[in-house]
Amino acid sequence: MHQTILNHGGYRYFWAAVVLCLGALAAYIWHDPVGVPNGGSWLGYTLGTIGALLILWLLWFGIRKRRYKSNTGSVAGWLSGHVYLGTSLILITLLHCGFQFGWNIHTYAFVLMLVVIFSGFFGVYAYLRYPTLMTQNRQNNTRTSMLQEIAEIDQACLQLADTVDKNIHDAVLQSIQRTKLGGGVWSQLTAKDASDDALSKLKQAVAGDEQASSGSETMVMMVDYLASTTSKKNENLRRLIDLLARKRTLATRVARDVQLQALMEIWLYVHVPLSLGLLAALTAHIISVFFYW
Amino acid sequence: MTEQVKIAIVGSGPGGKSAAARAAQQGVSHVLLEASPQLSNTIFRYQKGKHVMAEPDALPLRSDVPFDAGSREAILEAWDKAMADCKVNIRFNAEVSKISQLNPGFELTCNDGHKVRAEYVILGIGLQGNLRKMGVPGEEAAFVQYQLDDPDEYESETIIVVGAGDAAIENAIALAKQNQVVIVNRRDEFARAKEGNLKLINRAIDDGLIECYYGSSPERVDELSVGRKPGRLILNTPKGRAQVLCDRIIARLGANPPRGFVESCGVEFPSKDPSAVPAISATYESNVKGLYIVGALGGYPLIKQAMNQGYEVVEYILGNTVEPADEPMLRAKFEKMPGFSTVAAALDRVQTSVPLLAQITPLQLREFMIDSEIRCPKPGSVIFKRNDYTNSFYSIVSGSVEVYLDDEGTRRLPLFPGEFFGEMSLISGRRRSATIVAGKDCVLVETPRRSMNKLINSVAAVKKLVDQCFMERAIRGRFGEDAAPELIKAVVASASLQQFRAGETLFNEGEEGDSLHLVRVGSLTISRTIGGREVVLSYVPAGNYVGEMALLGESKRTATARAAVKSETIRIERDAFQRLVEASPTLKLKLQMEYKQRTAQNISMQAAGSGGDVISFLVGQGLGEATDVLLIDEALCVRCDNCEKACAETHKGTSRLDREAGPTFANVHVPTSCRHCEHPHCMKDCPPDAIHRAPNGEVYIADNCIGCGNCQRNCPYGVIHMSAKKTKKPGLIQWLLFGAGPGPGEAPYDKATASEKKAVKCDMCKDLPGGAACVRACPTGAALRISPEDLPQYAFARR
Repeated sequence: MHQTILNHGGYRYFWAAVVLCLGALAAYIWHDPVGVPNGGSWLGYTLGTIGALLILWLLWFGIRKRRYKSNTGSVAGWLSGHVYLGTSLILITLLHCGFQFGWNIHTYAFVLMLVVIFSGFFGVYAYLRYPTLMTQNRQNNTRTSMLQEIAEIDQACLQLADTVDKNIHDAVLQSIQRTKLGGGVWSQLTAKDASDDALSKLKQAVAGDEQASSGSETMVMMVDYLASTTSKKNENLRRLIDLLARKRTLATRVARDVQLQALMEIWLYVHVPLSLGLLAALTAHIISVFFYW
Repeated sequence: MTEQVKIAIVGSGPGGKSAAARAAQQGVSHVLLEASPQLSNTIFRYQKGKHVMAEPDALPLRSDVPFDAGSREAILEAWDKAMADCKVNIRFNAEVSKISQLNPGFELTCNDGHKVRAEYVILGIGLQGNLRKMGVPGEEAAFVQYQLDDPDEYESETIIVVGAGDAAIENAIALAKQNQVVIVNRRDEFARAKEGNLKLINRAIDDGLIECYYGSSPERVDELSVGRKPGRLILNTPKGRAQVLCDRIIARLGANPPRGFVESCGVEFPSKDPSAVPAISATYESNVKGLYIVGALGGYPLIKQAMNQGYEVVEYILGNTVEPADEPMLRAKFEKMPGFSTVAAALDRVQTSVPLLAQITPLQLREFMIDSEIRCPKPGSVIFKRNDYTNSFYSIVSGSVEVYLDDEGTRRLPLFPGEFFGEMSLISGRRRSATIVAGKDCVLVETPRRSMNKLINSVAAVKKLVDQCFMERAIRGRFGEDAAPELIKAVVASASLQQFRAGETLFNEGEEGDSLHLVRVGSLTISRTIGGREVVLSYVPAGNYVGEMALLGESKRTATARAAVKSETIRIERDAFQRLVEASPTLKLKLQMEYKQRTAQNISMQAAGSGGDVISFLVGQGLGEATDVLLIDEALCVRCDNCEKACAETHKGTSRLDREAGPTFANVHVPTSCRHCEHPHCMKDCPPDAIHRAPNGEVYIADNCIGCGNCQRNCPYGVIHMSAKKTKKPGLIQWLLFGAGPGPGEAPYDKATASEKKAVKCDMCKDLPGGAACVRACPTGAALRISPEDLPQYAFARR
């Protein structure tokens, strides 16, 4: 019942793109231009016009997507067409120029187009792959609820740490201050989450150990510390460790969630601006062609 | 001393006050006896600044006392002035404790010993009666109160609210904003409260905003002279005695119903039902001659109705004939009816020709007719179509209609004057089961869902007639295609209605089968225990039957049937049904065919494995009562929120769906969005009756919403929001190039300037030609709307 962008409408747009490509290819093979195949032949102009119109139509998707009352097909159908017909552009433009390249505005427009299309390919991959991963990672929580739980754990940790020891309290406070989720593009994409660093700080405070080591050792150190304290403190420290472990799980999950969301969006920051750049280059390409006719 | 008057009016509510003013204007000797120190105590006790509505809008006011929608203060002021202007003889603090009949006339005894002799008595005491006290020592302490006028009056106090009803909950929640509130509930849960209030109080208790003592009752109240708090409440709790220090105790324990008092005057009630009101004549006279009843006690809780009655009743007593205030409205309705002469004759014609309405009082009939419409369709015109989602109810006054039981119109059934139709959709909340075409000289009364339900629920005889007819038609429609009428009659005679709570089993796998169930309201799931685990195999919506096979071949139940939501079935007994099937080979064949199909489906679902789990998950999310629900495939959803943006953009800037919220199972996500329930919870308690169902099934809120928030509280799925009016957005280009105002998908409103709020919810984009914008705007095809009938197919596809 649910259809992906690839099999939408029984692969309707896939077949449309195949027909377009085969037609262009057949014409290209059949066509016998004066000299080498090039954009200046009638076929070159025809394919160029088709390509330019296709680019305009592909760009129109950005507007159609925001016309929420529009009744021309569904956005899913438009996107399916966007993917397949956009892909066919590669062949259309190659045939249009007859595989002639140079250091000029024409090839520049072609390169821009390829970057836009290939960034789109990543988008298709991201759209098909990451949603499932995101759902698995969230385990039926929302991001807000996870962040809320982290905030609650932070509060509870501070209260517990108060009852244990000043060093522990400082460490926990620092851990809270250092917990940073999201942030800049790079930290979003790499899912960097500072709670691990904070935990090792905590470990140092607990054990007085100056050497940094991994998170699991933190736990070991805290367990050591457990043996040397009174029972009430002991119990609170145990609970503190449980809470911190839970927090780390959550923080990792949120960071992963942010990362997946960022991966699903980052390509658009290439795809969209460059497509506008492509529009400019295409305009220059067409004007220059007619100017030097 | 004894006062002698012609008319004694008891209670200065809207009805009593209006009657007194009329008597004063007519120069009749009268006295208005009011138990409290001010006029209209019930309205005086409304929360400060409360906006009082003047419903029903269309009804003209006829009284010497003005009344218009407005604030409580403005209305009370206008009333006080009018009473003074009319020179009404009022006696405050005069609670009438006894009305005895003399011959002729009455003697009224007040609590203060004052006695009044009157020829006529008008009772306008409403239903508020006396407030119930705590009944423990110290109940009259200075810091104990039994009413709350303005919750904002108190700040930073510790307040104990005693009681578990709606009033107690509403007070507790309003007070908790700026006070520390403790609520004392005699029981273990808030069973008496409205669903919306229940949700509010449970959330407040869970969040720690309000502390609750369950299963606890007050033992005594102590006034303290030392310490920071003026008093304490000693409680008996399940764990022993507890004391709570407090600044204030607010006990909301309801009111003693005035029934005892009214009965002591000799007035009879038609039933033992606590909500029953005394039967009164068209001139508001009770069974006691000379004793008249107006307002809420007579069954008319609206202010304007009561005021009109107060005016009219005095005129009737004086022997004048007055045209009732609703007469022009009724005339406008009846004028369409061929052969119309007077409203009285038309009402009489309706009541004599429709036996269903023979049971109700003349006043109930007037009200019923004001809510209803007279329809005189041309012969051959369609009244409603099969599979439409409308739910009004029709009674035939004259002429006939044809019922087309199938789309081709090959199976037809005529209905004649006195019969009614439309009860199927009214009761089941599902699509129309037949098309109705008007015959010659057809005159119909069309009654909206709410008024018809009100009548069914308040008059037992009407309910019985409608239920009986429903059973007969449902059985005939399902099994009686070509069976002998007497066999069908026997089946109907054996049938009974049975109710099930959500999750209750109708029958278990392996049990002896003794009956068949035809689902009338709600829906069922069919499951089998496979490998020690219950696996749901299918979903049975209303209008279908289960359990027939155990009556035909196999004697044991092959599966378990369970109510998915609160459901009602028609239970048909084995013997009568077997006789019917044996006499009709075509029916037997049909049943066997359906059975084969169903078994094949079940087996494929069993083989599908997790498909059944998807059904049980979705049923657990309330799909059992849905008609159309939005599902998101999380394997496809890229979290772009274009669905929400599309919803907001097509609906004045507020999204009616929350994509992220809601549970997920096997990548099927149920977002927080309207399911367009068969029996919408939101419709339950809408004062202006603004929530309707469109013919395609969309449940929507009309523009006459008053923003009371009842629907929001009543919706168990949290899909209704209160939203302020939004400012207009700039065009795409203007926004893109000049940054003028909020862009597509951005919040368009400025919270500071937000105007009055109204309820908003999903209307399935019924006004857009392409259908639901959320689904059409989803770029990846993740959003989908399905109806529960498609559930097995959907689950199978998701395995």
